[in-house]
Amino acid sequence: MAIISYREALRAAMREELKRDENVVIMGEEVAQFNGAYKITEGLLKEFGPKRVVDTPISEAGFIGLGIGASMLGIRPVMELMFWSFSYVAFDQIVNNAGNIRYMSGGLINCPIVIRGPANGGTNVGATHSHTPEAILASHPGIKVVCPATPYDAKGLLKAAIRDNDPVYVMENTILYNDKGEVPDEDYIVPIGVADIKRVGTDLTIVAHGRAVITSLKAAEILEKEHGVSVEVVDLRSIRPLDEETILASVRKTHRALLVEENKPFCGVDAQIAYLIQARAFDDLDAPIGRVSSIDAPQIYSKKLEDLQLPYPARVVEAALKVLA
Amino acid sequence: MATPAIITHPESLKNPAGPSEYSKHPINSALTKEAKIALYTKMARIRHFEQRCIRVYQQGKIGGFLHLYVGQEAVAAGTISLLGKHDHIITGYRDHGHGLMVGMGMKECMAELTGKVTGCSKGKGGSMHYFAPDKNYWGGHGIVGGQAPLGTGLAYAVKFKGQKGSCLTYMGDGAVNQGAVHEAYNLAALWDLPVIFVVENNGYSMGTSQERSTAHPGCLAKRAEGYNMAWDVINGHDVYEVRAKTAVALKRAHEESKPTVLEIFTYRYFGHSMADPDKTYRDKEEIKEYRDKKDPVLLFEKELLAEKVLTPELVESINTAAMEEADAAAAFADESPEPTPADITKHIYWEEDNRSKKTTSSGTIIFE
Repeated sequence: MAIISYREALRAAMREELKRDENVVIMGEEVAQFNGAYKITEGLLKEFGPKRVVDTPISEAGFIGLGIGASMLGIRPVMELMFWSFSYVAFDQIVNNAGNIRYMSGGLINCPIVIRGPANGGTNVGATHSHTPEAILASHPGIKVVCPATPYDAKGLLKAAIRDNDPVYVMENTILYNDKGEVPDEDYIVPIGVADIKRVGTDLTIVAHGRAVITSLKAAEILEKEHGVSVEVVDLRSIRPLDEETILASVRKTHRALLVEENKPFCGVDAQIAYLIQARAFDDLDAPIGRVSSIDAPQIYSKKLEDLQLPYPARVVEAALKVLA
Repeated sequence: MATPAIITHPESLKNPAGPSEYSKHPINSALTKEAKIALYTKMARIRHFEQRCIRVYQQGKIGGFLHLYVGQEAVAAGTISLLGKHDHIITGYRDHGHGLMVGMGMKECMAELTGKVTGCSKGKGGSMHYFAPDKNYWGGHGIVGGQAPLGTGLAYAVKFKGQKGSCLTYMGDGAVNQGAVHEAYNLAALWDLPVIFVVENNGYSMGTSQERSTAHPGCLAKRAEGYNMAWDVINGHDVYEVRAKTAVALKRAHEESKPTVLEIFTYRYFGHSMADPDKTYRDKEEIKEYRDKKDPVLLFEKELLAEKVLTPELVESINTAAMEEADAAAAFADESPEPTPADITKHIYWEEDNRSKKTTSSGTIIFE
């Protein structure tokens, strides 16, 4: 078991899968010669050569579409988006082509593509570079979306995604790239669609994904130390497929739920989670479901205000206390 | 009043009724009598299938959109007649002709139009979304130009695997203004991919003539120069010419792994789709002119009669057989069962359809 960063975990996943399967290709802007805009792919060109690690022009609709076409013939492209915000110029390819081809062909064609990259606010880069499209994309049947919060999950989910026969979109977070954690030395995957209880508790269930998990864990510490509350934190890890049973089991145990995400509130992932809980665990609830999202405005540039726009531990604590009141 | 699209068509089109100057081209003279008859038969089958579709549509049995290929037969027939084992095909929504050319059956094609479970896509794709990957046919794509990056990717995969192949990536003249097409052009040329972009220029992007939609340097194919790509223009009413010039591009793809843009001048006799009353943007005389003087099926028929490959009796029997086949396809579509409500949630995910196998995921993937 080694302690490595989230960044190194992603790189290790790609490195291992490049070795395991000769059809895996890494492709994206600056992934090869430049060693990655965020150094996720550092060293891969040197190790695997230009056939397997490919620099693309700034042309998301073109190269993502190319990857989708290649995947139909059995190539397993792992496409890096420098930001998931840039996926919007390739939306037709990502949604209409990758998401629909299996269905519209009556199951004749598979699209085993992985698209990965950071999807987060909080980096002081303004609205155009701070989108969190997991809810938008997960709303399309045919697409899978995962959001790892830890190095262990980042590696395991990315490896599972590369081996998956459906399109899987991996949404990372630049703020987590330097976070460190324990990662096994031996080969493993984190199955897509299995949530993880990151902290066991009895009084309140917090459901979160991505960096909101880390924020929630910090809030849970405060709630325990300062308020004597035992919080369970459920990390979704995967948005679609969704581990509904783990969420429900936790809520049935604690009888209270707070949903935390870095999305904007309207039609966010948590709108679906709230529906699920009221539909299947209504009688188990002792209080209305609480929710913490980003403040509903385009992502602000101002660093000070952006830190307030996103969920932060004190806000989660405050919302938790309301649910517990 | 729209300027007739013919203004940008090549000189050869002005006198298209004479014998093809490409009949003696080696790629065509190499064709056996049987191969020529087979090529004519395929064109006639496309024609009769499409015309039968009109009746089925008018009977209210085809929903959605129906974009007919009548008038454009020589494009799919000529290009696809040249393809081999590692050559792939992808196109836009006017996709029936390509499907029949790769060997899809009229029955599965007609049943798809009527949304039956026996359709090529099990009633899930419709007219715009035919697929036959076992025949290297990757669709059938509904969004204008959206298939251009996919076709480039298929060519990328062919090259990656070290195969001597290509991907013929078809689009209409309206697609050339889509960003995805230009991005595909750039990648194809930048990475030396064996893709042939076939612009089927029928003069109109829906109801907008080329003159009203596209700034271009005399022809659409010439835009390839901006990407340092080879290009050519082709009279799409002459299947021999289509074959001769496509063969050059195919050789370039196979032997040099280089892309080409081919602009093939053609014409559709019916509206953009059956939803287009075809009354506002072109006049009847223009359509009549093409039907009478430049019809690709009739011109090839004339050619083969002159070559004594066809006889009037054979022409009649081929066309009768094609009509009967189309009738049988329509009957098959009528008699075929509808998909069931349970089919709505099948074929979304490989994983969901293969639960018995080892999968990399679990959890709820289809929501209520």
